[in-house]
Amino acid sequence: MSEGITVAEVAADRPHALGEDFLQVENLKVHFPTEDGLVKSVDGLSFDLQRGRTLGIVGESGSGKSVTSQAIMGLHRGSRAQVSGQILLDGEDLLQVSDERLRKLRGNDIAMVFQDPLSSLHPYYTIGNQIVEAYKVHHDVKNSAARKRTIEMLDRVGIPNPQRRIDQYPHEFSGGMRQRAMIAMALINDPKLLIADEPTTALDVTVQAQILELILDLQREFGSAIIIITHDLGVVAEMADDILVMYAGKSVERGPVNDVFYTPQMPYTWGLLSSMPRIDRVREERLNPIRGNPPSLINPPSGCAFNPRCDFRHQVDDPQRCVDEVPLFDPEQLHPVRCHIVPARRKEIFESTIKPRL
Amino acid sequence: MFAYTIRRLLAAFVLLILMSIVTFLLFNASAQDPARLACGKNCTVEQIASVRHKLGYDKPIATQYVLLIKGLVAGRDFPDDAATKKNAPQTITHCGAPCFGYSNFQTSLVSTLIKERLPVSISVAFFAFVLWMVFGIVSGVIAALFRGRWPDKILVGLALVGYSFPTFFIGLVLYTYIALQWQLVPTPEYISPLSDPVGFLRGAILPAVTLAMIYIAGYVRLTRAYVLEAMGEDYLRTARAKGLNERTIVIKHTLRAALTPITTIAGLDLGALLAGTPITETVFNFNGVGKLTVQSATNGDLPTLTAIVLISAAFIIVANIVVDVLYAYIDPRVRYA
Ligand SMILES: Nc1ncnc2c1ncn2[C@@H]1O[C@H](COP(=O)(O)OP(=O)(O)O)[C@@H](O)[C@H]1O
Ligand SMILES: [Mg+2]
Repeated sequence: MSEGITVAEVAADRPHALGEDFLQVENLKVHFPTEDGLVKSVDGLSFDLQRGRTLGIVGESGSGKSVTSQAIMGLHRGSRAQVSGQILLDGEDLLQVSDERLRKLRGNDIAMVFQDPLSSLHPYYTIGNQIVEAYKVHHDVKNSAARKRTIEMLDRVGIPNPQRRIDQYPHEFSGGMRQRAMIAMALINDPKLLIADEPTTALDVTVQAQILELILDLQREFGSAIIIITHDLGVVAEMADDILVMYAGKSVERGPVNDVFYTPQMPYTWGLLSSMPRIDRVREERLNPIRGNPPSLINPPSGCAFNPRCDFRHQVDDPQRCVDEVPLFDPEQLHPVRCHIVPARRKEIFESTIKPRL
Repeated sequence: MFAYTIRRLLAAFVLLILMSIVTFLLFNASAQDPARLACGKNCTVEQIASVRHKLGYDKPIATQYVLLIKGLVAGRDFPDDAATKKNAPQTITHCGAPCFGYSNFQTSLVSTLIKERLPVSISVAFFAFVLWMVFGIVSGVIAALFRGRWPDKILVGLALVGYSFPTFFIGLVLYTYIALQWQLVPTPEYISPLSDPVGFLRGAILPAVTLAMIYIAGYVRLTRAYVLEAMGEDYLRTARAKGLNERTIVIKHTLRAALTPITTIAGLDLGALLAGTPITETVFNFNGVGKLTVQSATNGDLPTLTAIVLISAAFIIVANIVVDVLYAYIDPRVRYA
């Protein structure tokens, strides 16, 4: 074997080359029966993720990102939600495992960082108490050992003076420090998969960058796979290896970050990119939101769910197909796109119309 | 925290003073002639005048109030005039602090009456409190955990049934059937819990249950609502995501959050009960402050009524302070605010 080429480099060149998929989500459906009808929050989602890699899931609010992450954590168990499909973690189907097995996996193999660190921490217990508890539930150790480990972890995530801060309550922490504490809690058991659901949305801009930096640092150190969920394409562009774009509970575009970010193929992704705030743009030009509203998840538009909001339907040879036929999404491709416009035409439109405006 | 407690105590003190002024004015400066009330129906004009002088109702209203307060703090004499004290000291009745005056109807110092009656009311109130807290909270938690299923429906339904009947009805039914007809418990009577705790529990079980019935319904629903609210909180999702077992999630995470606000309500409810329960005490013939209230109100026994109102107010005010201070200890967010 020639020296100097690492597995990571191979993997970076050919994202699917590592073979072994650590997390495989197959045809995941999460439906909520409600008085108004069946809410199809996630409807046939498939994706996979290798060890040590980062998948960014983006989409407007309401597209089913959080419901997906909660399905992976098994948090829909015991609720009214109807969950089907497969979620294989290291070959084990998380939708089939016993409650007890799931409990052992939660927090230990899969951990989660939530959007709002203030409401996600218990107001009546100290930060230390909550992290120690997360460690002790998976490790048979004495309090003192767990506490020592907690202080180390708080120190590691950049909380100053952890010996003192460990005994403070969540409300005594700033937003950024709370999210650091949440990250410490999520990583204390060295999980193989970390799901971060909009980890910076509740924080102010300067803190956001620090938190993302921290997550990346820790990933390098611990080698976890990460799913980072956000509605901000800029965040995933910086963090992720792959991007999955969700619309109305389905994947509409997926691929390596450079492909999706620099040569996006789906009109919805174009819309997301155009609405992305950018520092190098003049203020008035900045926000260019996608017209229309997110679709109903009870009665989604027929055919392509995005069709009522799509400005490019006339680019399909027979525009009626957008209304009649759900576009196929081939998960085996490197950069699958759920769109009726033929690939060559999509590339052309992007280069000629979209790119200059970004 | 210390400064906060002191501040609360000062405010409470001011509130008590205001309460005492209002009560005093209401009872002693109304259209009714207090001396006439004290003397009774068949009194002659001379007798009324003598009573008026003896009890100090002939003095200006402000002086009367000052004497009332002085009596509470230091005790007072009836009649409080220098000439009688000098000429006929044997006719002076001394009323030691805290002096609420003299009740002609009960032919006793009001403070003596209260001292006899208060333990009855307080001990029954605590007994009821324990019952409704235990049954109300346990049922509420069970109802919440089984939301929408039969244990929930049965518990909430039962609570509602208990709540819909008036107290005197529940009291009479319990008395008639449980005590008299089926003799499951001894005839209700008050036995001091200090001298015979078991005897007290057996004698006071029916009035305590009757009182608790009024509260259980409310506490079942309240607890159920708070537990359900806590179950929807983000931090509970975090607790699940950590891999905690269901017991820890319910006891440590859910109940801690759900029961904290109940402390406040429970404290205030108990405070309001301590000064007696007229209906229950009357039904079970317990000589507590509640029954005394009914008698005094019927007789126009102003000194006793004044004392009861002041003591009730004091209980409620003190309960408020205790609850606030307690809350600061159990909710870390209040502690630092
Ligand atoms: N428990 C539930 N019952 C009914 N609808 C739900 C439930 N949870 C989520 N939804 C719906 O599912 C959709 C997707 O939600 P979510 O995954 O939170 O979106 P996001 O992509 O913003 O994270 C939303 O329209 C939401 O209203
Ligand atoms: Mg979300």
